[in-house]
Amino acid sequence: MTETAGGPLLEVTDLRKSYGERVVLADVDLVVNPHDVVCLIGSSGSGKSTLLRCLNLLEDVDDGVIRFEGREISDPRVDRRAVRSRMGMVFQAYNLFPHLTVLENCTLAPRRVHGASRAEAEERARQLLDQFGLADQAGKHPDRLSGGQQQRAALVRALCTSPTLLLLDEITAALDPELVGEVLTIVRDLAEQGTTMVLATHEMSFARDVATSVCFLHEGRILEHGPPEQLLTDPREARTRQFLRRVLPPA
Amino acid sequence: MTQPPAEAATTWEPSPRELERREIRRRLRLRSTVIATVAVVVAFVGVGVLVVTSPGWPRVHEAFFNGHHARASLPGIWSAFWLNVKMFLVAEPLILVLGLAIAVARGARSPWLVPVRLVAVVYTDLVRGIPTILLVLLFGFGMPSLQLQGVPNSPIFWATTALVVSYSAYVAEVFRSGIESIHPSQVASAEALGLGRGQTMRYVVVPQAVRRVVPPLLNDFVSLQKDTALASTIGVFEAVFVARDYGNYNFNYTPYVVVAIFFVVLTIPLARFTDWLGRRYSERERAGAR
Repeated sequence: MTETAGGPLLEVTDLRKSYGERVVLADVDLVVNPHDVVCLIGSSGSGKSTLLRCLNLLEDVDDGVIRFEGREISDPRVDRRAVRSRMGMVFQAYNLFPHLTVLENCTLAPRRVHGASRAEAEERARQLLDQFGLADQAGKHPDRLSGGQQQRAALVRALCTSPTLLLLDEITAALDPELVGEVLTIVRDLAEQGTTMVLATHEMSFARDVATSVCFLHEGRILEHGPPEQLLTDPREARTRQFLRRVLPPA
Repeated sequence: MTQPPAEAATTWEPSPRELERREIRRRLRLRSTVIATVAVVVAFVGVGVLVVTSPGWPRVHEAFFNGHHARASLPGIWSAFWLNVKMFLVAEPLILVLGLAIAVARGARSPWLVPVRLVAVVYTDLVRGIPTILLVLLFGFGMPSLQLQGVPNSPIFWATTALVVSYSAYVAEVFRSGIESIHPSQVASAEALGLGRGQTMRYVVVPQAVRRVVPPLLNDFVSLQKDTALASTIGVFEAVFVARDYGNYNFNYTPYVVVAIFFVVLTIPLARFTDWLGRRYSERERAGAR
């Protein structure tokens, strides 16, 4: 199906997810259009990561519908691998495969899932690694890299399959403050190139700069969403204000 | 529903779409169950039919699955099997202790312990290289000839000793791989707390290592249970010996099948126990982790 032309890339309606009695997501609605950068903010435990994991079908949802590229992917009959091969995901803890070199990490999915030849996959990977300043690290194993380099490598790994949607789960949360910048610069470049992204983040100034819309999650619900200049400076909800007061440096 | 849930939980009703999805999931599950059942039936019935229709089946049935001989040999095998059980019940704890000691000794860093390390290395290299049956023969026939004072000279004693020597070499390697799989950061954080090397091993590394190696340990123990049959080579009247004796006397192999069933029945509870143990560990330690 190719009814994406014009329509949203990703559409979430009434999403609900619970672990036993504990409801982690409820009544979540989200629309992501091509070239959107949607930032999910909220305190830890508010459901940001779970939402991203639901979008990538790493978690089964308990109710609601997720449509991606015009097709419902929350249907149990859907081929999860096919859906995931069109999405990229980057995790907080990098999750690079320690037994493979950086280059092998980046060429694994293109070669084994997308059927690219070794030469093709390596060329693309090297080009992206070069672009992200990792050209010298291609032959090393991930554990020999700094945190920032590892996370950049993880980004490259996700980008190597040319996903139409990139999910980033607090990708700077495990980094030293001075390494956060190098990763965010890349995400910013990606945003400028028009990459569609949904990202959970604690970096408010970054969200202000790159987001096309910001969603504030509280106890599993999207309490408020809007353009960053409005939501981050003049939120409607008291809870949002309270949260922002805690995380934003006093101006 | 004892706790007052959030207001959403009380008002939430699954949407029609969700109900439809559950129906689809149910159908998919049903389909896998049907496929699994058909696959199992086809595979097992197929093999069964193949065996039963083979030209030699009547003779095999008579020689290996004879009800009369099974009943007749049962009491003898039953009492002899206790000997196998006793042998491995004695051997298993000794093997665990000795194996762990060797594994830890190999990792010792103190210069005073270099001889211990050397012995540990030579022990595993040498003993693992010798077929268990040869160890049993060497111990069973060689040791009594030394005429040592204060040690029993019974074949059971030496057979068990041979098994302990042989298997503790294997088990030591299993423990060592477990110890080496513990991330160095665990050692670093234990040492940062001021624990000594020995304490680090005792309280941090070994407990984690043991958990990881439970499945391969079980493997070795199942193997050990079966290898108690090797004691028959030096004249211990255990279950396999009894079965062979009966078979030779009555020209029927059914007792072998009976002994095989005994061994299988013995190993299954052990496998279930390790599964349970592993599940308990992971439930306790990963509770709440996503």
